[in-house]
Amino acid sequence: MAIVAEPLPAPASTRQQSGTMRWVRRHKTIVVGLVILAALFIVAVAAPWLAGDPLQFEPTNRLKKPSGEFWFGTDQFGRDVYSRVVHGARISLIVGLCVAALATFLGLVIGVLCGYYRRIDGIVMRFMDGMMSIPAILLAIALITLMKASLFIVIVAITIPEIPRVVRLVRSVVLSVRARPFIDAAIASGTRNSVIMIRHILPNTAAPLIVQATYVCASAILTEAGLSFLGAGTPPEIPSWGNVISLGRTFFQIAPWIIFFPGLCLAITVLAINLVGDGLRDMLDPRIARRM
Amino acid sequence: MTTYILRRLLATIPVMAVVALFVFFLLHLTPGDPAAVIAGDDASPAEVDGIRRKLGLDRPIWEQFGLYVWNLLRGDLGTSIFSNLPVMTLVKQRLEPSLVLAVATLTVAVVLAIPMGVLAAWKARSAIDRVVMGFSVLGFAVPVFLVGYLLIYVFAIQLRWLPVQGYQPLANGIGGTLRSITLPALALGMTYMALIARITRASMLEVLSEDYIRTARAKGVATSSVLLRHALKNAAVPIVTVIGIGFALLISGVVITETVFNIPGLGRLTVDAILKRDYPIIQGLIILFAASKVLVNLLIDISYTLFDPRIRQ
Repeated sequence: MAIVAEPLPAPASTRQQSGTMRWVRRHKTIVVGLVILAALFIVAVAAPWLAGDPLQFEPTNRLKKPSGEFWFGTDQFGRDVYSRVVHGARISLIVGLCVAALATFLGLVIGVLCGYYRRIDGIVMRFMDGMMSIPAILLAIALITLMKASLFIVIVAITIPEIPRVVRLVRSVVLSVRARPFIDAAIASGTRNSVIMIRHILPNTAAPLIVQATYVCASAILTEAGLSFLGAGTPPEIPSWGNVISLGRTFFQIAPWIIFFPGLCLAITVLAINLVGDGLRDMLDPRIARRM
Repeated sequence: MTTYILRRLLATIPVMAVVALFVFFLLHLTPGDPAAVIAGDDASPAEVDGIRRKLGLDRPIWEQFGLYVWNLLRGDLGTSIFSNLPVMTLVKQRLEPSLVLAVATLTVAVVLAIPMGVLAAWKARSAIDRVVMGFSVLGFAVPVFLVGYLLIYVFAIQLRWLPVQGYQPLANGIGGTLRSITLPALALGMTYMALIARITRASMLEVLSEDYIRTARAKGVATSSVLLRHALKNAAVPIVTVIGIGFALLISGVVITETVFNIPGLGRLTVDAILKRDYPIIQGLIILFAASKVLVNLLIDISYTLFDPRIRQ
């Protein structure tokens, strides 16, 4: 670059504003994803005020088409699909967030320990390899079949198969950080293992872990819907999107709206989370961004 | 080469051992009496006792595990609680539709997604590239059942081109089978295609920026030859790897797709077993699905030697 005169510093407030605008323009996918998720979050929190009772049976209103009165139509029991979908947003968000938090936390702990203490690494990683070869949905089905169905059990059952992937990621980061000289310096100067792990190794796992957490969240929401669709998920009296879709199966040919509206919401939610994840990945690791 | 294959083969043993261990102890580590949970809420104590004896839960745990592993090695996956038939027999009855669906999906996904990825990388930042990338972002987000029902709605109910649901066995002629499997394979293949197209594009982009590609172009090699013989062959290893990773998605997807399209395969067997709490069937299917995934990954590891001679050493 040729020598260019430094532009005069703009007044602080406008510079800050243009900085924000530039960030928004550069990370469009994150912004779009976050806006959709924020809207969804508001809908989930305000569900009781936005829609009527999702459980109210009204046999005279069976299988009504979408209309001004029932925006998303009604199901075979005359329940308002719109109300059920709005309340279902709560379940999907709870499952997505809880699984992402739990799986990342447990994966982080196991991954850091494995990467740092080489003796337990072999055994634990063989165990993780075995778990990873079991399809997630089947592992969850097995766990749910053995326990009384509840939202908590569903969350646990979806979390367990997600852990190994987080462990692998964290472990690989820890191994590469551990080989760097400043860790040797810390060990040589007598720093305690726990301090090295928390102060020096943990911060390096943050960026890839945040990206991974968004993907875990999206995959958890899809798995919950899949499990409920198969009849092995959230108890049927709770209106989750998967449960609404599952009930719509029998009447699909005459009442396709029972499946389409929750299905669409599911797709938009997962899309929004993935957009945030992709955007974060590009932002945190520009090297991959250029390739993808 | 032989040592490489042998080493890969040996590496599958601990993985399958962990799967067997996990599937077995799952039944024992879950809180509560497994026999009571499997029997259901309104079972009498005698029924619970019957199930406990049938599953061998009254014997010492190590004896149970030893017997379980021994039976697995002999190809015995246990006995269904509900129908009293060996799980292996049930699996054999339901294997064909699932296998046909998996093979059809794999074929559709690979045949459509690789050209999409190659095209997107070749015409990077063009409209084609944008469409392919848009498709791959969407493919990850749209759940299998939504795609499935949308396809049924458009192609079976509105246009009446293809059957709505069900499966035609190969014994009745391959034409019927293909017609009944087209929509399920497309629905199931969506996520898989998104995955393969994305990785093909990324891998091709990297290879296309190499010096030898520029040399080939400068020599006057035809574009199609540069793309396929010089670039795609060198971009193959990550693509093949992701096909293996996606196989797990495929298995999970089979269970849901078979439910959407009413296909009487292993997925329906799983769902029926959930409803009846027939735990031995679920155990057997997990072992089987995990084994098939391990096998596919083994084959993929071996296939690397075809693409990259350096691995043969």
